[in-house]
Amino acid sequence: MSAATRLTGALATLAALPARVVEPLMHGLQKLLGIKRMPWVFLIPNLTAVLLFSLLPVFINIFYSVTGSDRLFPLDRPYVGAANYETLLDCRDYLDPSTCSRDLFWRALGNTLLFVPVQVAAMIGIALLTAICLNRDIRGRGFFRGIFFFPVMLSPVVVALTWQWILQRNGALNGLLTAIGLEPINWLVLPDAAFFWSVFVTVWAHMGFFTIILLAGLQSIPRDVYEAAKMDAASPWRVFTRITLPMLKPTLLVVFILCVIRSVQTFDELYVLTGGGPGSATILIVQFIYETGFAIQPRNFGLAAAASLLLGMVLLIFTLVQLRVARGRSYG
Amino acid sequence: MAELAARGGHGSVLRFLTRRRGRIRADWSDWATYIYLFLGVAIMFAPVLWVALSSFKTPANLAEFPPTFLPYATETVTVEGYDEPLPLFEVRTEDGGTRLLAQVRRVGLRAQMIDPADPEAGRIVVQVADAEPVRRVLFTFGNYARLLSTSGSELWLFVYNSLFITVAATIITLIMNSMAAFALSKYRFRGNTVALVAILMTLMIPPTVVLVPTYLIVAQFGLVGNLWGVILPTVATPTGVFLLRQYMLTIPDELIEAARMDHASEWRIYWRVVLPLSAPALAVVAIFSILSRWNDFLLPLVVLNRREVYTLQLALASFQDENQIHYDQLLAMTTLTALPLAFAFIFLQRYIASGIASTGIK
Amino acid sequence: MADLVLEKLRKSFGAVEVIPSLDLQIEDGEFVVFVGPSGCGKSTLLRLIAGLEEATSGDIRIAGQSVVSVPAADRGVAMVFQSYALYPHMTVRENLSFGLENIRMSREEIARRVEAAAKMLQIEELLERRPKQLSGGQRQRVAIGRAITRDPKIFLFDEPLSNLDAELRVLMRVEITNLHERLGNTMIYVTHDQIEAMTMADKIVVLRKGVIEQVGAPLELYNRPCNMFVAGFIGSPRMNFVSGAIAEATEAGITFQAPHLPPLGVPAMAGKVRAGEQVTLGIRPEHFVLSNDGNGWPLQITIAEQHGANSYLHCTTPGGAPILIHEAGQSRIGRGDVLFAQPRMDQLHLFDAEGRRIELGESEADGRLGAGLP
Repeated sequence: MSAATRLTGALATLAALPARVVEPLMHGLQKLLGIKRMPWVFLIPNLTAVLLFSLLPVFINIFYSVTGSDRLFPLDRPYVGAANYETLLDCRDYLDPSTCSRDLFWRALGNTLLFVPVQVAAMIGIALLTAICLNRDIRGRGFFRGIFFFPVMLSPVVVALTWQWILQRNGALNGLLTAIGLEPINWLVLPDAAFFWSVFVTVWAHMGFFTIILLAGLQSIPRDVYEAAKMDAASPWRVFTRITLPMLKPTLLVVFILCVIRSVQTFDELYVLTGGGPGSATILIVQFIYETGFAIQPRNFGLAAAASLLLGMVLLIFTLVQLRVARGRSYG
Repeated sequence: MAELAARGGHGSVLRFLTRRRGRIRADWSDWATYIYLFLGVAIMFAPVLWVALSSFKTPANLAEFPPTFLPYATETVTVEGYDEPLPLFEVRTEDGGTRLLAQVRRVGLRAQMIDPADPEAGRIVVQVADAEPVRRVLFTFGNYARLLSTSGSELWLFVYNSLFITVAATIITLIMNSMAAFALSKYRFRGNTVALVAILMTLMIPPTVVLVPTYLIVAQFGLVGNLWGVILPTVATPTGVFLLRQYMLTIPDELIEAARMDHASEWRIYWRVVLPLSAPALAVVAIFSILSRWNDFLLPLVVLNRREVYTLQLALASFQDENQIHYDQLLAMTTLTALPLAFAFIFLQRYIASGIASTGIK
Repeated sequence: MADLVLEKLRKSFGAVEVIPSLDLQIEDGEFVVFVGPSGCGKSTLLRLIAGLEEATSGDIRIAGQSVVSVPAADRGVAMVFQSYALYPHMTVRENLSFGLENIRMSREEIARRVEAAAKMLQIEELLERRPKQLSGGQRQRVAIGRAITRDPKIFLFDEPLSNLDAELRVLMRVEITNLHERLGNTMIYVTHDQIEAMTMADKIVVLRKGVIEQVGAPLELYNRPCNMFVAGFIGSPRMNFVSGAIAEATEAGITFQAPHLPPLGVPAMAGKVRAGEQVTLGIRPEHFVLSNDGNGWPLQITIAEQHGANSYLHCTTPGGAPILIHEAGQSRIGRGDVLFAQPRMDQLHLFDAEGRRIELGESEADGRLGAGLP
């Protein structure tokens, strides 16, 4: 109960802030700087936070990636040049991770390269199908929409624990299997099954978000276009391929980019669900970064930073290429 | 579940489903749609329902395989002369009939039982194989009680920590993001594209990727093990700025000009005109902020290194830390953690969906 | 005194020059209408006066004081926006009082002014409603009311009637004119609708591409447009233009010759016109005399529009040029008929090759102008 009173106290202080302090302050600033400089006043809090907690870390990360040792403070760290990158990329046979000096990195990379396309394809396919179903003239649309969105609100930990409870040896899924006369399977111990469930659970957890965006995109297509197509006796399939898909393309592009960026960053659910296992079957690149930088002693910040910069670079190139391709197409 | 729903109240459901807006009758594609959607409902919702149901099971019931759908518990009975309630068994007698007996204790393959109707008659020795426990559907709160007794006051602390982080971060996020969005949507000034790009570029930076330097900066501010150490790095969300800016672009500039001619200062224009009009977009940003702060895992995992500052999510994950997983308490806690969201969801569901739609990623 | 002077006012957006250089004087209490086709810079000009756009160079003086570097709020002007720009989240009362609260006016004074404005505009019973719950006309009144409460020196209207339906527009036109009568403030009104300009203005300013084409009272512009642009823009339906040449110019008059048409003798002083010059003759549709005796131009009817009280005859000359003729009452002429029409000699407009007006028979013509009105 004391928690509640402390919280309301904090809230009351916050609520009184704008009228008493901020308004006179901002009026004074406007007098001092003039209207033309006011946008910067409005921008500065957000920009400061962005610089401090997003852009500055990128530069520190670059610094980390070319320095060694397990010291946290950058200036305490000796310069090692490209050694971290060399360690990561050092391999005798690039097709066989076990010949690499950091085989876990290559396994994580390989898993990610498989995980991302599969997951993105499944995610967008299912989300699009769901959005199309929800966009039809059906009863209880709000209810269905709510149900599909619900898992988005659950925390990754809850999602992972929920599915772990279902997939464990004595779980509900094996219960169902025995009920129809099949042998129970230890889902999270078999590498291929664990990988499948990794994809399944992450799609389950996030597809609602993309469904809502796609649904909004579908609903923004004017009705009379469909009515015109109906007058032109277009078949449902032609309506879908010649009207719906082209008009949905801008939304699809946004969804695709968001989906890939999120997919590459997958961590929480799998960290709790499989922990990257069995073995290294479901370890993805972000988990490699976390393990290298924080979990495994001694903490190797340099190697983690190098890996994360490589990841960031790939993401950046991917997005730019996507946007360029999309722009080129829409002009063409 | 789909079949259940379809079978229950055959006629009315059929009529409900085939009644359509606009067109006269349903065709096969409508049926396909409903089948898909009901299947979806089963897959999306059943796991959560299953966990919630499981959290009301006794540990013995949880350990059973195959699992029961509803929570079952062995019926107990209080017998005179015994302090604890005794479990009730249905025992086959030699003459082929059955009688209800309460088990006092079990030794090997035999059990000592007593007739609850006639305790005076003394103990009866029964073969375990002949005895079936009497069970009925029972939602026990034992898991929750155990959770509260072992974690107790700690649990309230986790709730407070999670709430404080969520509320404070969301309020700051809303104010800071909307201020930035206002500047980026309602002013033409040198460098506004640069500022917008700088903010949006951070979309490209996965939080995980900058985890180490973020930790360093938090450490430099002396905020490791402090709730503010989780709040501050998360407030400048690029998506929030972007969503709000897109929404504010739809507020007519004439309104701002009218306010300016009405002697409103820039802050007053922001606070009294633009902010109230952005309520739908603010709601969306607030919901996303609440969700991601409440559910945040990795940053708290790194920054909040003492149990006193744990969030619910950290506490939840820590149940797994030990070699053995305490499923009973874990399930109760999982349900508890998801509960506030379930409530929020009921109230905000429409707002979320229509909010995303109207704010529009165009 | 709240007169307004614009001096060498210039505005460009980057490389695009919207207003090259503009001089204008508006007297205290005048109702001035800026009119012109879309993109003529009339709204920009209004926004420059309001202080919503910054002038590239030049000066704006209100009541003798330069306001060119004064913020919009402090110029003593109030603006009624095209979209009304009512604050959707505030009630009508809050909308009216927001600006007054911002200058920390006392509550009693705010209440007094709001009541007075509401009474004047008959929106008293709407004060607690929100803009969404109002009709277009009511919103319009609230927008005007918001301007009134501020008690400005100059009212600015930016196409305020363009969002209303035709019937309401006529009604509001009268109301705004009445409001001007009652308040007596200087008002500047921007529109692309020349009927609004004609019916409301004390003074019309015709703009094209940021340049003032003509300034004057409505009938002055109607009767003596100084060029073809103004002649074509003011008056509805628009003036007919027939291009041709001066065949003969003597003391007695001039003879106008258009291809495929019989020559037209105009008994007017030749003035500056010389024989052989390329000119354009302008005749308003209502300034034709129809005849059955073969006098005048033979015109073939393509469409005869019957409006009931008026008829509009769309014709073509033998050369194929379109001519519109207005005939009072109902016409019996139908499609395909040929009629003979004689322009009224006292209502001719002559323009030179650059489109500038050529004055015909000075003092004499002036006397007749008034008589020629419908």
